Amino acid sequence: MNKLTWFYFPARLAWRQLIFDRSKLAAAICGVLFACVLVFMQLGFKDSLYASAASAPVKLSGDLFLMHKQSEAMWRPIQFKRSELMRVLGNPAVAEAYPLYLGLAPFKNIKTQVKRTLMVYGFDPDSMIFNVGEVKNKREELRLKDTVLFDEYSRPEFGPMRQLLEADRNVTEINDYKVNVMGLFRMGVSFAADGNVITSDLNFMRIFPRRNHGDIDMGVIKLHHGASAKQVKAELKSELNEFINIFTYEELLKYEKDYWANTAPIGFIFGFGTVMGWVVGLVIVYQILFTDIANHRNEFATLKAMGYEHGYFVRLVFASAFFLAVLGFIPGYVLSLGLYHLAESQMYMPMPMLWSKMITVFLFILSMCVMAGLLAIRKLKDANPADMF
Amino acid sequence: MSTVIDVEHLNFSFGSGALTQPVLKDITLSIRKGEIVLITGPSGSGKTTFLTIIGGLRQAFHGSVKVLDQQFINSSEQVKVSVRQQIGYIFQQHNLLKSLTALQNVSMTLEMSNGLTEQQRRDRSAEALIAVGLGDRLDYKPGQLSGGQLQRVSIARALVGQPKIILADEPTASLDKQSGYEAVSLLKRLAKESQTAILLVTHDYRILDIADRVVELEDGVIKSA
Repeated sequence: MNKLTWFYFPARLAWRQLIFDRSKLAAAICGVLFACVLVFMQLGFKDSLYASAASAPVKLSGDLFLMHKQSEAMWRPIQFKRSELMRVLGNPAVAEAYPLYLGLAPFKNIKTQVKRTLMVYGFDPDSMIFNVGEVKNKREELRLKDTVLFDEYSRPEFGPMRQLLEADRNVTEINDYKVNVMGLFRMGVSFAADGNVITSDLNFMRIFPRRNHGDIDMGVIKLHHGASAKQVKAELKSELNEFINIFTYEELLKYEKDYWANTAPIGFIFGFGTVMGWVVGLVIVYQILFTDIANHRNEFATLKAMGYEHGYFVRLVFASAFFLAVLGFIPGYVLSLGLYHLAESQMYMPMPMLWSKMITVFLFILSMCVMAGLLAIRKLKDANPADMF
Repeated sequence: MSTVIDVEHLNFSFGSGALTQPVLKDITLSIRKGEIVLITGPSGSGKTTFLTIIGGLRQAFHGSVKVLDQQFINSSEQVKVSVRQQIGYIFQQHNLLKSLTALQNVSMTLEMSNGLTEQQRRDRSAEALIAVGLGDRLDYKPGQLSGGQLQRVSIARALVGQPKIILADEPTASLDKQSGYEAVSLLKRLAKESQTAILLVTHDYRILDIADRVVELEDGVIKSA
């Protein structure tokens, strides 16, 4: 046999056998589809978690960021002295340094009066540390007393803010303090906070009366044009107190992601779910392949008697596994695409379907089917042509 | 080459040690090209075992079994597989692949050998099916064919590769008298045309008349040749 027929003939027979019994094929496809959707969703949630965890730092605009060494993540910061941040101005490469105040506080839904916790960001409206167009445009309004901007991507439980604002119903309470919502911006929710509000540093102190200007949660540093963030970071490290963590932009993103991946057990949970999906799919595909071989035992033994070699049937089983992987993946992908869309529109979680994820899941499903094939080929030994007579 | 099967002093037993059960004792038999030999005998006489050894499906260790000039005693699987590809098999059950049409089933024999195009395989398979009278059933699947028709498909499958030997095990067992006789007569006619030797195990005495020679086996010994 030449190379083409070496695989083509067993694959063709595998295909013909698969499509012969449509109901069994449908069951097998459902099994693979199930595993496929499970893996897609687990990976989707995991990536979404990481993406949303980093949604706040992504919107920050700065070259270096200061945090207290004891801060696990941005959503549960430990305060440090503002004077510590101001010391960086001594470095000639530093152009500006601004404090950022962070706090979780209950926000009253204007419509239902129900309170729900969200994240409040306080910043100096004269600084440009938020890379969000709406925030930049509303700086004048933010300078007024008791004004906030509301994140349009917050969960709907906070109320239909856009309609309410259009109806001029913009007065609510944050932390039992009356504020006016002056506008909307877009940032996105994370696992730590269901919504976001941005306000000025002065208003922040009014919302959180126990906080004061001197204790800040984060420092955002902008460097002069052309300065190397890495180099300045090294310089600052030796100048600042050792309880300060200095991050570049990328390091901050990674720090936030790693928190959710490692410190919080969430990364593990989704990883575990992925593996379980693999195992369940493996068992289903194995069962299908195994019973298929058992049902065709006599036919295979006949072919063996005619001179077909063992390898032919091994290729046949793997071809079946491959077809099942492909046939299950396609509807699984389409269904997952729909579910991703649903999650994005209903749960306000960023769940993009990336090529890399698609390829990863396909390889995952393929490895599952190949493994099932490896387990099932042992059954081929039962097809002994001498028993046929 | 006039002798296609040459067996000398073949001994074969199942089990080992104290449980050794001799099945074939000192069998000597040779079959010429184009000859039709029937092996009959009561159940347990060892005739099916004999057939599986000739067919290269069971390993024997004592004596000499030469099929198409290849020694089977203590031979490798590879040697046997290559000889098996030149033998046509017909089983008690038709053992056709349920998912394939009659034509595709017959083509399975040709897919093992190189050098044929898809069209040539189809043509030769169709010819073989026409020869067994199933020209109008080419695209039927086994589920749509009767027992007699199925056995004729398996005859076509055995013959399409133009084997030098056909081994048949009770080909009429699952058929009624009429279709059983038709099937073996057909087998005989086609085998004679192509000078194919047939070794056929049966205890159906109604078909003994198709044989050139009848060998009776009893308790592993040839009674009459």
